Amino acid sequence: MYQISLTHYLILSSIIFTIGIFGVFLNRKNLIIILMSIELMLLAVNINFIAFSTHLNLILGQVFALFVLTVAAAEAAIGLAILVVFFRSRGSIAVEDANSMKG
Amino acid sequence: MISVFFYLFSFIAVFSAVMVITVKNPVHSVFFLILTFFNATGLFVLMGAEFLAMLLLVVYVGAVAVLFLFVIMMLNIDFSSLRAGMIKNAPVGLLIGVILLGEIIFSFIGMKYGIAGIPGNELFVQLSEVENTRALGKVIYTDYIYLFQCAGLILLVAMIGAIVLTHRRRENVKKQDAVKQTLRSKSDSIEVSKVEIGKGV
Repeated sequence: MYQISLTHYLILSSIIFTIGIFGVFLNRKNLIIILMSIELMLLAVNINFIAFSTHLNLILGQVFALFVLTVAAAEAAIGLAILVVFFRSRGSIAVEDANSMKG
Repeated sequence: MISVFFYLFSFIAVFSAVMVITVKNPVHSVFFLILTFFNATGLFVLMGAEFLAMLLLVVYVGAVAVLFLFVIMMLNIDFSSLRAGMIKNAPVGLLIGVILLGEIIFSFIGMKYGIAGIPGNELFVQLSEVENTRALGKVIYTDYIYLFQCAGLILLVAMIGAIVLTHRRRENVKKQDAVKQTLRSKSDSIEVSKVEIGKGV
């Protein structure tokens, strides 16, 4: 049977990372989809860490992936909280309105 | 057998990742995000990281995706106006995406990976025969205890920050004030007065 190597996982994670970046370009106005694209990019990074962890037979990559997961969760919570406050004060979540965010 | 599952999981993951950024309805977008995370979980299990796979399910599907759904459903957002200009932005994004993907793939083709050249590599903990959760626990509670505590602190700060940001004080709402209640004394709440008969207070 055909063997799955490290390169397969690396290519998969780079494809998902690129989709995340493309999502930021595609939905330049929609803040929620941009946050989801960032989650996709962080997922790609996690796949990379774990693929190397398995390939090098080291637990270190999984520890790093754990911390990436923590920071991603915190980032989503804070980002959505800012989004809710922004929507309350502005009535929309369009990114181009965000240049005057005072108060 | 593993390669069949690898291709199954990765094709569904890539497909649903594309759907996340292209579907019209953001609620569907969140559902496709959940599908992506489920397939990533399958990939993690294939790579032997069972603990992180389950953590991904609990944290992302259980918390983050539900948070996204709450925000989308609670705010009354006009999403159709936000999609304007999507076609206009697509070619530039596609160009940059293709260039970036080519660069990333070009950078690791023909590369040799190993830890032989890294200084201090004798300190690295090898994955031993013990199961994944135990191996992870052995290092995060010993070698990486400060980083682990730091991660907890980050989550605490995020929680407090989210509460402080979204909390608002409403006007004209009566609330119980426990301090005010307990600091009341008899002298400023009750008045005893002599009332003459037939006069009233």
